[in-house]
Amino acid sequence: MDLLADQVLLSRVQFALTASYHFIFVPITIGIGLLMAIFVTRAFRTRKAEDDAIARMWVRIFTATFAIGVATGITMEFSFGTNWANYARFVGDIFGAPLAAEALFAFFLESIFLGMLIFGRNKIKPILYVVSAWLTFAGSALSALWILIANSWMQTPAGAELSADGTEAVITDFFAAAFNPSTLVRYGHTVLAVLVMGAFVAVAVSAWYMHKGRHASEARKVLGTSSVVGLIAVVALLGSAHASAVEVWEEQPTKLAMMEGMYETEVPELSAFGFVDEASEEAHTFAIPGGTSFLATGTWDTEYPGLNDLAATEQFGDIDVATMPVNFVYQVYHIMVACFGLIVVCLALALIFNRKKAKRGVADMKWLQWLLIVSPVFPFIAIQSGWLTAEVGRQPYVVYPSMSGPEGVQMLTEAGTSVSVQPFELMITLALFFLVYLMLFVGWVRVVGRFIKEGPVYDQPAEVEAADADAAVAAVACEEEAAAATPAAGTEGGER
Amino acid sequence: MEALAVLWYFLVFLLIAGYFVLDGFDLGAGVLYPFIAKDERDQAIVRRALGPVWDGNEVWLLTAGGALFAAFPDAYATTFSGFYLAIMLVLFALIVRAVSFEFWAADAKWRGVWNACFFLGSLVPALLFGVAVGNAVQGIPMDAAGNYNGVPLLGLITPFTLLCGLFGLAMFIAAGACWLAVKAPLGSGLHERACRLRMPFQIIAFALFAVLTALVFALMGGTDGMAAEFGLVRWLLVLLFVVCMVMALVVGIGRKPGSDLWVFIYQSVAAVSSVFLIACSMFPVLVAASPDSIGAPITLMTAGASGLSLFCMTVILCVGLPLVLAYHVIIYRTFRGRVSEEDIAAH
Repeated sequence: MDLLADQVLLSRVQFALTASYHFIFVPITIGIGLLMAIFVTRAFRTRKAEDDAIARMWVRIFTATFAIGVATGITMEFSFGTNWANYARFVGDIFGAPLAAEALFAFFLESIFLGMLIFGRNKIKPILYVVSAWLTFAGSALSALWILIANSWMQTPAGAELSADGTEAVITDFFAAAFNPSTLVRYGHTVLAVLVMGAFVAVAVSAWYMHKGRHASEARKVLGTSSVVGLIAVVALLGSAHASAVEVWEEQPTKLAMMEGMYETEVPELSAFGFVDEASEEAHTFAIPGGTSFLATGTWDTEYPGLNDLAATEQFGDIDVATMPVNFVYQVYHIMVACFGLIVVCLALALIFNRKKAKRGVADMKWLQWLLIVSPVFPFIAIQSGWLTAEVGRQPYVVYPSMSGPEGVQMLTEAGTSVSVQPFELMITLALFFLVYLMLFVGWVRVVGRFIKEGPVYDQPAEVEAADADAAVAAVACEEEAAAATPAAGTEGGER
Repeated sequence: MEALAVLWYFLVFLLIAGYFVLDGFDLGAGVLYPFIAKDERDQAIVRRALGPVWDGNEVWLLTAGGALFAAFPDAYATTFSGFYLAIMLVLFALIVRAVSFEFWAADAKWRGVWNACFFLGSLVPALLFGVAVGNAVQGIPMDAAGNYNGVPLLGLITPFTLLCGLFGLAMFIAAGACWLAVKAPLGSGLHERACRLRMPFQIIAFALFAVLTALVFALMGGTDGMAAEFGLVRWLLVLLFVVCMVMALVVGIGRKPGSDLWVFIYQSVAAVSSVFLIACSMFPVLVAASPDSIGAPITLMTAGASGLSLFCMTVILCVGLPLVLAYHVIIYRTFRGRVSEEDIAAH
């Protein structure tokens, strides 16, 4: 009963669930958005029916996914007022502007040009159609920038000071607040990760076509483009991951200590896997000694404060080491890293076996097809666990007292909730979220599943019914049989 | 009084007015949808009339919400957390509605589900927005920190707020009918029904406007508590509302060729004037306090962000708003005119 009456916990659970759910669709949307824009551009340049069909198929998948991203994104914007009213009062002077700017600069751009993409095919010039595709993608990427400005400010506050009465953070420098120490690093890391996600969705769909022996030419093309996009993003991710780690090392010591399971001050190792025993405050890991120290500073022996020593400082005096979810943060961080390894392996295989010169292509390799079909799971888990590292790692703060942050601009998560919202109201909305979001997910799977099954969209008489499509498939099959039979008959005839 | 805070007080209402006009017609069309669209062809026309524009229309709400958060954080925090269940109902409605737009055409088996989502997703916000505004006008009980401490959800429904909700709903539906009359093919059954339906809802809205004005005088002391400097403006706004509604009715009944767009424009100007009438009547209050409230009313002086924050917001708006208006010109021009046979066939 205690758990169900815990307003702070329920608010956190609701935010975590709705944000995680939202971020299932956002990475797919932005990731596919880039591919879609590339495909639309290619179709415009080559004027080939095949390229056009590929572009149309990915516009459809993009649209269906975008719809859920938009719908579940409204929840996030509202939630600061509905569930985190005291947080909204504390940070409103700084945090509201990026949200308003996101709506003004990004949401209008993407939603209006998406309307062009869906309905404008026969209404606007082909070049404007290409422009609309790029603007829609740009809008979605710009939206990510504004929301990461807001989120990064919670991690590493800057350009602000505590008001005279101590009740709110007041802005002192807009650009310092917007481009705080972690904004660009975290934006880069997030965008690259979502591009990998989109690439893997396209890779998986192509592999599935190869598995089914359908759309062979289109599948090879899409697989080629998406694995190259994925490769570029993955290589760049190495840099952004490093920069993110350095940022955490410099700015967020309790997060870094949790990521590596450090209770006592020591030289941080680079562990591959293990677990943290929170009761005995010991980490049992398989690790390279001094590895994290080396990656962050270039030296193998730089000491870093552990949680117990941090708790003794004035800055982090609010933390209670015994209740910190150290093992959880350690695990999600290392799961993210492990998934990155699997991503690299999958991409390498896709690139090697999709080459024109490859003796055996992906189309001939069942096991590789299966691996690639399930492969979107890896970036998906990496992205979710990466966010869990970032957000659980900042607990117990909602506005984190970072090393370079202005004095006093910090807030504990438990102080940020809405006083007016009762636990029973949260239970009602949690149940409704569960129901509505489940329905959306089923609907999305049905619609996108149908789009994938139908494959590249060639010009046909309007409203092709399922029956017609089946008939067409059957007709093609008959022709193939006939074609296969003819030479055989010919040979037989020749022998006679 | 900070000039920027005053500016932003009216800018927030401007964004709300933009939402009331633009998403107004597509929410209203959604409420009419099951009654006005008799077959799948009609449904396709309605959806084609809204499809290219609804998403951009809805962004006005997100912009208004974001601007309220940025410019008046305390008002945003109090209303969104105080009206928690009501806001969440609106949220769920907008979510299923947004998805129904994209999924309806692609998922024939679930078409009934998506149709229901579209209708309910339009009805709930169309009704509750007015109720929320009614509460901000009438006053809510708050604690010393400005948190709503009345009964959740049910405490927000009073005869006055309910009438506000119904006024909003009637305006939304009338706007929806006007828009469908603009977009439906001439001579179609849908066009005929849209023209017939817009008038009764305009009359209902007009009547509710009169009743609400009377209630404000009977129960809330009329204009006594209102800012004196806007006295004349208020009466001009009332006049504008009345003239526009009458013109919408007269032109609508006349049914001359090409009059549908004018009816829609009169209806929209009336909607804008009603929003600014509320702004001028409440000024400088954003959320009024009920008589039993411990906390004071939330005004633009107490809730406003700092001068620098409002300045940054002003710069952002000066850059962003022209772009937004340009996008709207582009999309409405591209899809101008009535829905054609090719348009229906293409989807």
